Amino acid sequence: MNTQGKVFKYPDNVDTDVIIPARYLNTADAGELAKHCMEDIDTGFVDQVRPGDILVAGWNFGCGSSREHAPLVIKTCGTGCVIAKSFARIFYRNAINIGLPILECEAAAEEIQAGDRVDIDFDTGVITDRTTGKTYQAEPFPEFIQNIIRRGGLLASLKEA
Amino acid sequence: MGMTMTQKILADHAGLQSVSAGQLIRARLDIVLGNDITTPVAINEFTKNGFDRVFDKDKIAIVLDHFVPNKDIKAAEQSRQCREFACGHCISHFYDVGKMGIEHALLPEQGVVTAGDCIIGADSHTCTYGALGAFSTGVGSTDMAAGMATGEGWFKVPSAIRFQLTGQLPPNCSGKDVILTIIGQIGVDGALYKSMEFTGPGVATLSMDDRLCICNMAIEAGAKNGIFPVDEVTMRYLEGRGERAPRIFRADPDAAYEKTVCVDLSAIAPTVACPHLPENTRPAAELSDIQIDQVVIGSCTNGRMEDMETAYRILKGRTVAPGVRCIIIPATMKIYRECVERGYVTAFIDAGAVVSTPTCGPCLGGYMGILAAGERCVATTNRNFVGRMGHVTSEVYLASPATAAASAIAGFITPAKED
Repeated sequence: MNTQGKVFKYPDNVDTDVIIPARYLNTADAGELAKHCMEDIDTGFVDQVRPGDILVAGWNFGCGSSREHAPLVIKTCGTGCVIAKSFARIFYRNAINIGLPILECEAAAEEIQAGDRVDIDFDTGVITDRTTGKTYQAEPFPEFIQNIIRRGGLLASLKEA
Repeated sequence: MGMTMTQKILADHAGLQSVSAGQLIRARLDIVLGNDITTPVAINEFTKNGFDRVFDKDKIAIVLDHFVPNKDIKAAEQSRQCREFACGHCISHFYDVGKMGIEHALLPEQGVVTAGDCIIGADSHTCTYGALGAFSTGVGSTDMAAGMATGEGWFKVPSAIRFQLTGQLPPNCSGKDVILTIIGQIGVDGALYKSMEFTGPGVATLSMDDRLCICNMAIEAGAKNGIFPVDEVTMRYLEGRGERAPRIFRADPDAAYEKTVCVDLSAIAPTVACPHLPENTRPAAELSDIQIDQVVIGSCTNGRMEDMETAYRILKGRTVAPGVRCIIIPATMKIYRECVERGYVTAFIDAGAVVSTPTCGPCLGGYMGILAAGERCVATTNRNFVGRMGHVTSEVYLASPATAAASAIAGFITPAKED
């Protein structure tokens, strides 16, 4: 499994209120919600993002509310992966549970720039910046979490168990 | 190696003699919680994956609190979906308009949660119940769905930071000033993935409302949970509430902590978190040049009875400054009724404030107090992110009920003066 696309870069502490503002949470329709993804910090994101594109951010990505709508809108926009220096813990759980690929990699999150073309190989955790030619190795998921991802999310994994 | 208090509760619920930090476990859940925003997503996942019955109708709590009384048609549809699911599965702890409250004020008040519990909630502030000596943490809707189906959750056992509390709070300082001070010190990811375990002789001086407020904002430091030891204050609070007997777990004397942070309560001053992160803290006394447009007193952080008492003490016989809108929201119907009976509501109205039935509304920019471009609000809520309460250029200053009420009268940010 892999993804490739263009990078959108964001700072530390991107919170779930800017990923999907609560004023839109009167619906659970992912397509409807996705129209507002990132709009409070990046009004151009929704129009510019293409399938496979990659979000790169700093520390504590997804802090704040537990709203699962946050990873859901990022995924629904077609984003192939989020790379960050670290993730807030509820966002991390939610991303795994709904099948949004995320990778923790401090060096990649520091060096990769907005607009770079990046390839990611999820089997090996290798991140390649095609623009600069540099490669990075992300932290692999623990076996337990890899199982959830392989089975297509938490609930699907429960049904199989 | 000994276990922390959190680890003791997790080991018990996983049926293990001991657990250690980093271990992945499956634990039995005492309560699975959701609200009118997160439950619809959970119901959709639950149904989509072919589950047709909940693990235990008495161990699920569904509270309509974010957008109720419903703010618009879409919100009403979401509430209806929750209502139909709760009715269809005979959920005993379902709280609709008329008996609802803000979930994290309501569940402790109603005795739905107790000491020794293992609780997940599809709301980040579920960490509040650590004040009762429970393990309690926020999760997403899919985890809620899995919890409703199986009665179990998966957890990575957290390590802990110990907060050693000494001394006693000065007048006009409360739990809010304590937790804002701590977040200012360790940062919004200062306790990422970890437990915040509060201990020391200062604990006994803190009321249950202070403890609930402190644990409520553990998530604002990135923590998995906050937790207080069970003492006389806890047992007095729990007396006569709830169906399940409290279970007391204590940290082992040789428990390992990543670090210990000493907090002298007597040195705490009225504190404000400036935009746009809860870690941007400043003494309230240094912010008198910040003119304000609105004050909100309420939320799962500070809408409890002591918070209303504080607001009343400061607002009674005084007037909200011209140009300031002051919105007071008691967190549960019981607190609301108490405010009516004690004459607080009359005093608030006479002061020029408005009083709403319980709702999370303004805290998350839902309704009931949205800010226009550039407006500034002092709020007793828990988050001051960009756009949290309205327009992206509006500003939220997080403060205690005392500071918020004093600021409402002044028209600018100010700590309360001693009475």
